[in-house]
Amino acid sequence: MTTLATTRPNPLTAGQLPRGAVWVTLAGCLIVGGVLDTLLLAPFNLGPSLFFGAVLFLPVMYGLSRAVEGRRTAADRTATHLIAGAFVVTLLPLASLVWETLSNGIARFDAQFFTWSMRNVIGDGGGALHAIYGTLIVTGIASIIAVPIGLMCAIYLVEYGRGALSRSITFFVDVMTGIPSIVAGLFAYALMTMLLGPGTINGLSGALALSVLMIPIVVRSTEELLRVVPNELREASYALGVPKWRTIVAVVLPTALSGIVSGVILAVARIIGETAPLMIAAGFTNSINTDPLHNPMMTLPVFVYDQYAHPGVEREFYNERAWTGALTLILLVMALNLIGRVIAKRFAPKSGR
Amino acid sequence: MSSVTRSTQEVTPTPSLQGRPPRALRRLGDRVFGGLSTGSGITILVILAAVAGFLLIQAIPALTTSPEVLLQQGYGPFWSWILPFAWGTIWSSFWALLMAVPVAIGVALCISHYAPRRLAGTLGYVIDLLAAVPSVVFGLWGSIVLATAVQPLWLWLNTHLGWIPFFSGQVSGTGRTLLTASIVLAVMILPIITALCREIFIQTPILHEEAALALGATRWEMVKMTVLPFARAGIVSSVMLGLGRALGETMAVAMVLSGSREITVKVLTSQNPNTIAAVIAQNFPEAYGLKTSELIAGGLVLFVITLLVNMAARLIVGRYKDLSGAN
Repeated sequence: MTTLATTRPNPLTAGQLPRGAVWVTLAGCLIVGGVLDTLLLAPFNLGPSLFFGAVLFLPVMYGLSRAVEGRRTAADRTATHLIAGAFVVTLLPLASLVWETLSNGIARFDAQFFTWSMRNVIGDGGGALHAIYGTLIVTGIASIIAVPIGLMCAIYLVEYGRGALSRSITFFVDVMTGIPSIVAGLFAYALMTMLLGPGTINGLSGALALSVLMIPIVVRSTEELLRVVPNELREASYALGVPKWRTIVAVVLPTALSGIVSGVILAVARIIGETAPLMIAAGFTNSINTDPLHNPMMTLPVFVYDQYAHPGVEREFYNERAWTGALTLILLVMALNLIGRVIAKRFAPKSGR
Repeated sequence: MSSVTRSTQEVTPTPSLQGRPPRALRRLGDRVFGGLSTGSGITILVILAAVAGFLLIQAIPALTTSPEVLLQQGYGPFWSWILPFAWGTIWSSFWALLMAVPVAIGVALCISHYAPRRLAGTLGYVIDLLAAVPSVVFGLWGSIVLATAVQPLWLWLNTHLGWIPFFSGQVSGTGRTLLTASIVLAVMILPIITALCREIFIQTPILHEEAALALGATRWEMVKMTVLPFARAGIVSSVMLGLGRALGETMAVAMVLSGSREITVKVLTSQNPNTIAAVIAQNFPEAYGLKTSELIAGGLVLFVITLLVNMAARLIVGRYKDLSGAN
């Protein structure tokens, strides 16, 4: 042990790569990658070059670090690089998607798009007003159904649930989370067929389908947050003689409120973009329909799909409208997310972490 | 490791020592509130039973009608009609998971333990943004942008790795293949897996982490020793949730893939098996009578497949739960 310590250089001062070494190596590897790409695949391409560079970088950096800093630090560095790389890889599709949606959707992002429906529109012009109305109505109804049920169910599971019933509900909430969205649509369609005759397609049916998807999301997110609420808080409240339901309403829920709100908003953001169930349950139309009980109701995601999948003769106009619809949808979802975050932050309980 | 301190689990009124226990007050508020929450819990069971029940009732005609009639008025005998699509569903989800899971865990670690604390919130928001992008937008992007971008890559894979059965065959000229659809699926399930993993990684007891670091562990060793064992059950369950979404995801596949009915392991050709969900979405608006019934029966099959996946997930999670201390 002592011989080891004396022969080794002081680990505090020696045995470390200089600060900029990583970036220099990365740049070098990228350049080599570009050269390799030009030599192997004839014309220079950015994508493959970056790929070669990144693949080259990992072993080179590992070898370098291992020679200077030792095996453990080298492994640590490689892990760090892989993890950072995973993040960069994730950003690529997001950046591409946002860029394409913006650049293709901005052309028709005008007043007409938000004031016109597609009634009697062939070719250029027209808008998505009917779809925007439909989305707001259907999502609103779905939230009104799903949020109370989901919230109360989570409270039951955390505060009251005991025994077989609680276990089976937990189990089936998990199962429900896995329900494919299109199955929810088929369920709503089948339900309406049984109640109101075959082929009944309306906004309420779409809302039912969405609420089936939304309930388990709300339950899961809320349940997890309620479980994190420290038991000491509940016990303190009980010790003061506060009834159980008041404890839940006044102590447990406020503590978890920020998370619950962001959970609900994320749930809304997720279902607002659901397409498949609405295609089946709420249907297609080109006209404004604000009555959720009768006739098909267009929604924004279905509008996008419809414009893309059923174009007329002049395809570019339909694609333009599809991209603008996509842009609107993304902006809507982003706004929802932002609102959720702001609320979550403002009401967040003060905590150490 | 697993001995996380457990505080008292529940508050039961301790019987008074004097022998005359004070009667617990049955307040009206408690009864109403308890009843409401229990009712909501039961509603979940009712809804799920209704989903299965209504689908089954509507699917019965497709399952009981003779094959000859189905051949004339429907899409053909049910089981031979659905089988290729069931294969396509499983096969595309497999590739999506293969691509998404390692990246998702990496991203989750990046946000929870690697990124500077000030940056982590922003990075998390970026991933949430990806989760929030509606599936139809992914479909639009996948079929118009991604398919053309990856086509040369598929050509390259086919030329150089064509000896692997998956990559053999005639490469599709449009790039709209099963593997392209799987990439879109992977991008779509990645944020879900990431978000769940991140939540659990953050909950790792900070004392465990600090203990590992104090013993001289590097950051990666700390993650390996404390974070990953703690989060094992959570990782499994998040992956299963991702799988569930990939199996049932409709629009991305319906818009990217121009599916056929061939059972094949090849992922780069234009003869790809379609998925059940995509078949339903593409055909439902025009279907009637027995065709509608067959599509609903297809939905029932999808429902059963996802049910089995979720049950398997529960079993795995149950086995690891005691080890990790995550729950």
